[in-house]
Amino acid sequence: MGVAKYIKDERGAIKEVIYQSGIKVKPAYGPEDLEKAGFTYEKDLGAPGEYPFTRSLHPQSYRSRAWTTRQYTGFGTPEETNERFKLMIANGQNGLNVAFDLPTQMGYDSDHPLSEGEVGRVGMAIDSLKDFETAFAGIPLDRIGSGLTINAVATIMMAMYQAVAEKFGYSKDQISTTPQNDILKEMIGRGAWIFPVEHGVRLVGDSIEYAVKELPKSNPVSLCGYHIRESGATPAQEIAYAFEIAKAYIDNVVQRGIKPEDFVGRFSFNFNVYGNLWEQIAKFRAARKLWAKMLKNEYGVKDKKKLFLRGLFGGGGSGLTKEQPENNIMRGAYYALGAALSGAQTTALCSFDEAYTIPTPRSALLSLRTLEMLMDEVGLRDTVDPLAGSYFIETLTLEMEEKILEEMKEVQQMGGMVNCISNGLIQRKVSKQAYEFEKGLQSGEYKKVGLNPSTTEDSSPDSTSGQTEKTDVELHEYNEDWAKKSKANLIKLKATRNNKDVKESLKALEKAAKGSDNVMPYLVKCCHAYATVGEMAGVFRDTFGEWNEPEFY
Amino acid sequence: METKKTIRVLIAKPGLDGHDKGAKIVALALRDAGMEVIYSGLHQTLEQIIQTATQETVDVIGLSIMSGAHLPISKKLIAMMKDKGLDDVYLTVGGVIPYQDIPKLKEMGVSEVFPGGTSFEKITKGINSLC
Repeated sequence: MGVAKYIKDERGAIKEVIYQSGIKVKPAYGPEDLEKAGFTYEKDLGAPGEYPFTRSLHPQSYRSRAWTTRQYTGFGTPEETNERFKLMIANGQNGLNVAFDLPTQMGYDSDHPLSEGEVGRVGMAIDSLKDFETAFAGIPLDRIGSGLTINAVATIMMAMYQAVAEKFGYSKDQISTTPQNDILKEMIGRGAWIFPVEHGVRLVGDSIEYAVKELPKSNPVSLCGYHIRESGATPAQEIAYAFEIAKAYIDNVVQRGIKPEDFVGRFSFNFNVYGNLWEQIAKFRAARKLWAKMLKNEYGVKDKKKLFLRGLFGGGGSGLTKEQPENNIMRGAYYALGAALSGAQTTALCSFDEAYTIPTPRSALLSLRTLEMLMDEVGLRDTVDPLAGSYFIETLTLEMEEKILEEMKEVQQMGGMVNCISNGLIQRKVSKQAYEFEKGLQSGEYKKVGLNPSTTEDSSPDSTSGQTEKTDVELHEYNEDWAKKSKANLIKLKATRNNKDVKESLKALEKAAKGSDNVMPYLVKCCHAYATVGEMAGVFRDTFGEWNEPEFY
Repeated sequence: METKKTIRVLIAKPGLDGHDKGAKIVALALRDAGMEVIYSGLHQTLEQIIQTATQETVDVIGLSIMSGAHLPISKKLIAMMKDKGLDDVYLTVGGVIPYQDIPKLKEMGVSEVFPGGTSFEKITKGINSLC
């Protein structure tokens, strides 16, 4: 039954419920539970919009403004992506969440041998500013903010975003971009890292410092517990690890002589809504409170707005099943409900066909409509934090707070997050948990509808017994021509740009990378000169080297 | 019970995709099933995979591919395996594999295909039956 552990008696009645974070749930809750936990309204909740923000960041929450929807979008060449961006905006989406293909994420151009078969496959292919000019053509960059799912080369894409905006006549203080830029998370899960840990963290620091000074509306880091959760972390660990990673970035920037007060307000988060509904809601409420408390008490941040845990709480991909894919439509709706009950500021859903490949326009719009229904039809905008005061939810929120703190303490005892990741400690722990959870799914200990029905028969995919029927959903198709087109564009670019400018700008970048200058202004110059992503990342590769990931068992 | 030599498997992540949860948990499952498992780590070129397979004298290469590029990658690796004389090494492929691609992979010479969600038991049995 779901992702929690349910122990039943011989008649099928539930005897015990244990959430993934390790919290046991009672059959019923009452005022005595709140009393036992020492709950007080002022200390633990406060009014909506008031410290510690358990209930909401803003006093009116969804009444003043519905959530921002940002479906993860991008594929093929910049032309295809631009078309899809416009489709989503025309259908009411109010922010972009840009997907890049793997070569771009890994700092390779479309013509690199390692890019073969991957150009434009899981996101759009970007080689140079020319491609950004196409991708963002006709998008009002002063009104539509863009999340950029890019990590190892986030500095490059942030610079390119500034360059394209300038090219279109916007000034850098008008634009808002949120690169994901969470390299330590990539080293725990998702794996799009390039450079060794210390250089990766330095680049994150450079981008934060630059944003503080030059890009007043941009959010240089989106701390991404989401992928840590997808890799096998519990909900409590998802928050705890993201916070410990945030501390590593804060430390780097503080070393540059910048006060936390001056930049922590620019951090945003990307968290996962996958798992038990109540555990998710408690997780988000506890996270808002803990983040504010941590910044106030440990970093001396005073300005109320800078204590906000802002971010995207989105439906988790690992919740989706390939079996009976239409079930994922309903699953997504329940995840979205969880996000809304948690007061998510921004949200997105994995679309129902994403257990197969990237979504079709139809499935992407279905996700958008699901999100709209909650706001406009079902009543989630009516009142702030509707579950507040529930004996169960408030007890659970306090217990979740404890669990998150325990997990954070463990990381601190192991020498902090940078040390844990460098030595593979977190990776091993999370992989082991993922393995145990998968075993539980396969044995039926954990239930997923349509995946492990209540029979003892092994109904998992089988390539030998003829279970190779066609999937009954229309799937997004990969087009080999995208790679050809990207490569042709690249040849044309290299023949027409001013190669002297390119060389000089790359040389200046190299000097900055080798020294301690912030690389960002140099990257902006490289982008304006039409240096390619591969050329800029190549400078970093030559200067920093590549990370050797530690053994995972 | 007949004694069989321990099966050696290389679980490999080819190319740029970094989603390694599946590869890692299958590596743990095969190890628990008594096999010797080598995990390649991320971002491997096909040349590196062939080299590791040769050095470690593995019986099976298990590719884990999530990006959708399983057809071109498998085709290329099979050609390279032939070229390098790894004729006695079996190739299996797992990851995000649409069912309709399974016959295509088998036609190319992939011995077994384990799409995401295949039980550990089936994967173990499948590999045991090859070696």
